[in-house]
Amino acid sequence: MVLSTAVFTIGVFGFLSRKNIIIIFMSIELMLNAVNINLISLSHYLQDLRGQILAFFVIAVAAAEAAIGLAIVIALFRNKATAHVDEIHEMKG
Amino acid sequence: MLPELFFVYFAFAIILLSILVVTRKNPVHSVLWMLLLFFHIASLYLFLNAEFMALIQMIVYAGGILVLFLFAILLVNIKEEIRITRFIGAWPTGLTFAIGIFIVIFVSIKSFVLGQQGTYTIDFIKKESHTKALGKLLYTDFLYPFEIASLILLVAIIGAIILAKRRIKS
Repeated sequence: MVLSTAVFTIGVFGFLSRKNIIIIFMSIELMLNAVNINLISLSHYLQDLRGQILAFFVIAVAAAEAAIGLAIVIALFRNKATAHVDEIHEMKG
Repeated sequence: MLPELFFVYFAFAIILLSILVVTRKNPVHSVLWMLLLFFHIASLYLFLNAEFMALIQMIVYAGGILVLFLFAILLVNIKEEIRITRFIGAWPTGLTFAIGIFIVIFVSIKSFVLGQQGTYTIDFIKKESHTKALGKLLYTDFLYPFEIASLILLVAIIGAIILAKRRIKS
């Protein structure tokens, strides 16, 4: 669990302080992986399979999120020609 | 003794690799470190008697999501990426926040009490095989969430296509 906390924290750090939006998405994946490690290890120690079912759904949602997020990144790049969060400061299309 | 040794190796490798993932300058290097990280996590799952989850981790994450990330990086221009600074100006705030969260969770873990043991013991899983036990549970007790997950994936497919297709100029 300490391991999972450490990975989650690194993910939070990356999410809050990187400039490139793709790295920010990878930090989100890192946090989801930390949660998965925690779920599967607890499911092993509690001898119950429900944690692994939950981890399974987390993986499915992570795949969906990555697909949508990267599609948004590509659409954004086509319009703005940048991948840095500092330079994206307007919501007008 | 040997399992502890392996766990310590995997724990240190996972922490080191995730630090490498968020600090590399070149996004391609970042993705490749993340590939190694996913392999380590999958082998950690093998130690936790979760073979099916290890395989899913390899196939979905290493095979699917990382290839998606690589494609996105190749579509987005990374030439000027390597020259400029990689962190935003306020990165110490992020670091402080992350260390704060780590301390809070670390303190609260100590008062954690393990709940009551479930019915899926290691012997049962070994007798029944992990995939079979997981599949039985997934298609009986968790059928409704399973259908919802499939719906989420369908929505993700449609949304990605709509977002990524070029506007037809009228």
